Amino acid sequence: MEVIDTAVLERHGIKPDEYERIQHLLGRDPNLLELGLFSVMWSEHCSYKSSRVHLKTLPTTGSRVVQGPGENAGAVDIGDGMCAVFKIESHNHPSFIEPYQGAATGVGGIIRDIFTMGARPIALLNALRFGSLDTPLARRIFEGVVAGIGGYGNSIGIPTVGGEIVFDEMYGGNPLVNVFCLGIARIDDIIKGAAKGKGNPVFYVGAKTGRDGIHGATMASAEFDEKSAEKRPAVQVGDPFMEKLLMEACLEVMKTGAVVGIQDMGAAGFTCATSEMGSRGGVGMEVDVMHVPQRETGMIPYEIMLSESQERMLLVVERGREHEVEAVFEKWDLHAVQVGEVTDGTRLKIFERGRLVADVPNRALTDEAPVYQRPMEVPLWQKSVQEISFANLAPAPSAQQVFDQLIAVPTIASKRWAYRQFDHSVGTNTIAQPGMSAAVVRVKDTSRALAMSVDGNGRFGYLDPYQGARLAVAEAARNVACVGAEPIGATNNLNFGNPERPEIMWQIGESVRGIGDACRALNTPITGGNVSLYNETEGRAIFPTPVLGVVGILEDATRIATRTFKTIGSAVVLLGDNLGEIGGSEYLVTMHNLVAGKPPALDLKREAALQKLIVKLIGDGCVESAHDCSEGGLAITLAECTFDTGGIGVSADLTAVVCETDDTFSVNATLFGESASRIVISVSSHHLDHVMEQAAEAGVTAREIGRIGGEHIRLSVNGQVAIDTPVASAEIAWATAIENKMRRKPKAD
Amino acid sequence: MKFSVVVFPGSNSAYDAAYAASRVIGEQAELIWHKDTDLKGADVVILPGGFAHGDYLRTGAIARFSPIMSAVKAFADRGGPVLGICNGFQVLLEAGLLPGAMVRNDRIKFVSQMVSIRVEQTDTPFTAACEPRQLLRMPIAHGEGNYYAPPDVLAELEENRQVIFRYANAGGEVGADWNPNGSLNSIAGICNRQRNVVGLMPHPERASELSLGSADGRVVLASAVQALASLSR
Repeated sequence: MEVIDTAVLERHGIKPDEYERIQHLLGRDPNLLELGLFSVMWSEHCSYKSSRVHLKTLPTTGSRVVQGPGENAGAVDIGDGMCAVFKIESHNHPSFIEPYQGAATGVGGIIRDIFTMGARPIALLNALRFGSLDTPLARRIFEGVVAGIGGYGNSIGIPTVGGEIVFDEMYGGNPLVNVFCLGIARIDDIIKGAAKGKGNPVFYVGAKTGRDGIHGATMASAEFDEKSAEKRPAVQVGDPFMEKLLMEACLEVMKTGAVVGIQDMGAAGFTCATSEMGSRGGVGMEVDVMHVPQRETGMIPYEIMLSESQERMLLVVERGREHEVEAVFEKWDLHAVQVGEVTDGTRLKIFERGRLVADVPNRALTDEAPVYQRPMEVPLWQKSVQEISFANLAPAPSAQQVFDQLIAVPTIASKRWAYRQFDHSVGTNTIAQPGMSAAVVRVKDTSRALAMSVDGNGRFGYLDPYQGARLAVAEAARNVACVGAEPIGATNNLNFGNPERPEIMWQIGESVRGIGDACRALNTPITGGNVSLYNETEGRAIFPTPVLGVVGILEDATRIATRTFKTIGSAVVLLGDNLGEIGGSEYLVTMHNLVAGKPPALDLKREAALQKLIVKLIGDGCVESAHDCSEGGLAITLAECTFDTGGIGVSADLTAVVCETDDTFSVNATLFGESASRIVISVSSHHLDHVMEQAAEAGVTAREIGRIGGEHIRLSVNGQVAIDTPVASAEIAWATAIENKMRRKPKAD
Repeated sequence: MKFSVVVFPGSNSAYDAAYAASRVIGEQAELIWHKDTDLKGADVVILPGGFAHGDYLRTGAIARFSPIMSAVKAFADRGGPVLGICNGFQVLLEAGLLPGAMVRNDRIKFVSQMVSIRVEQTDTPFTAACEPRQLLRMPIAHGEGNYYAPPDVLAELEENRQVIFRYANAGGEVGADWNPNGSLNSIAGICNRQRNVVGLMPHPERASELSLGSADGRVVLASAVQALASLSR
């Protein structure tokens, strides 16, 4: 038997004090297998040990919440006895090491979380961050991730309907791949991941277990270094066809009523599924690894328990009804195998051919994992990055120059290159085309639709994590509101660096505080999510990047607004205040190569009023188009409203803002500032008075800034023309920017 | 009238096709499991889109061995209308019910977008209600939709007017710029010699309601209803 020394502990990512805790919980020394179980279950990825104290402060309840955090996914009531089941999850680390499979298995994992709850998945979204497309590495990762997302989602037949993609060199060595999935279920059909009933059999179904992905969860809980490429064997390989069979079979088997509980084997595989199901149900479980279907010969219990092979499920079935379950799986050519049973007590006992090889209390692996109140410290540089010294900036470029450049920046440009590779029409529910607005899917057999948006701004998070997080919630909810949907629930994906560094921990704490405040104010409780830490390469952390996924409900699916202008002559109205805030803006980074300043201010009361107003106006049928104002400011927003219209232009005149310290930047701040809580709408003259009255009543600033028409994007500031570009040429630059970057054949690097 | 939609284990558009046939067109639709041997009184058979058996080998390559395929063949031999959509088209090619083959898209990547196709022939059960040269907007979503046939087969297809749909632009012109996958002769859909078996890569069932972005695809299923109605008169 291997001796457990410091080297073994280090290899398992177990700290000395954690080892003592294990000894205490067991009342003896663990054997190597047991140490392996603790190692994966106590990893940051599975235990949330650094973030848990903060996550507890999030608002998780509300009148519509059917299922909050703690299950495989959250759920909100959408009326008529139905609910939307959704969650976001990251696959950042695997996607860096092996982009295609890393992203593909990320999609597979989140889909399993949704159908495990008894819901049929109907929509996928993704929030992606890559390095600059001018580097071959970022192009290779971007290409692989997009192909992997498509390869999995397209095959299984769940449409990828939206998302966001941001390019910034801060993610060059650590891309972010956050995948969101939403499904629909009857509330009564929701099924949970809890084991119950002594003597009930435990079934394993799906792909065979191989040696792939061993210690994947541990890998996802460490930083990258030059040796990371050697970790490729810890990335799993996805099989969407197997998952399709599993999904259909599981949804069918749940209808029999013979399933007591079900859980997928994701991170920490068989270990996580057995211990969590036992722990949630307050029961024990005995399993014999010899019954686990194996892909390779000679696998030892340690490997079987820790494998992260994909497309596997664990079910607890009502005793005496095994044949009903087996019959459904046989129909789909899957073989459900009994691997153990539910027992009295609370221990997980693992056998190998009848010989007891591990014996651990379930709760020791799950609820009793260590929880850290890690030290937090404001980074020394925090204050200084919030200052913009205008005196040191190059002279302000002309607005025209800025516009021409910004419109083709990959973060702002059309993401068609990516979404053309995603099947977005399968399922016949997609009622908003990709790139036109937040994603919208109808709910068949009802008059309703669901809108979804995933958003986050790492730059704002870096400059002020509290504010960045609030802004992320506000933007995701605003995007949902801009199609006419009332935001009703949220899920979050927290992407940060190494929490053992106090300044990173401070970013985490501040971000969670910001998410909590904003979600409370906007009435979007958090129903679940994911935390991805150690997003660092060679000691350099990513921007603190909380990504928020917000779900909204449209009572009338026929009343959706999109970003595109519809009618020549209609008025263009700006809802909200144009304050010219350029801190953290795309303008500053593109034109001045500077990430600095304070993120835009956000008054959550005004934001809530704005969102309420836009939902009402769209519901009343008074708005022809609506578009949230974000990266690139008003100028880019107005331009985007003219794209995909067949060349309908716009003329607008904006009132100059007073720039913080330097007047020469005033025009650019007016046009490219990224103040929050702004929406550009277009309104026929017939409805204009009504819209203005409604806005006044809601206390939202509304100003008519221009008219739709002509073939140019013509924007003036205080009557002076600042930008004048034919729609056609701006649209080509915007639509082809990413394609042009990707056409350069990536070199093998 | 009854549409029987075959469900292979990896079919992902079977529900969509059945929904369009029943809820949009207003006819009966039934899902038929691929291990069944009986089409259950079908008037029209649809082989839907998806990845029938995972298609790691070649799209549709294994599906032709499914038990239901002998019933589909017999139905087709009797002159029954059979429609293969996307992967269903690929299955028809592999099963020898239609000539030619599909290879990887010329631009390698999966392509998901709205396209226009031009109706070339109206004397099939799935284009009977179309105007000659009518343009239909429908989505495509495939990685292997690049139609290929040897020169003699291709010549024969054209000669016998078996090319039913071609990719076109919004003005109805055909050319390389509007061909999304490199298909020979811009072929989007073909029929067999008897004209009762039709396969196409675009998805009419996904373009059967305006809220989905186009209702042009409805005419494909409606044609079958019309064609059969006129037969029975």
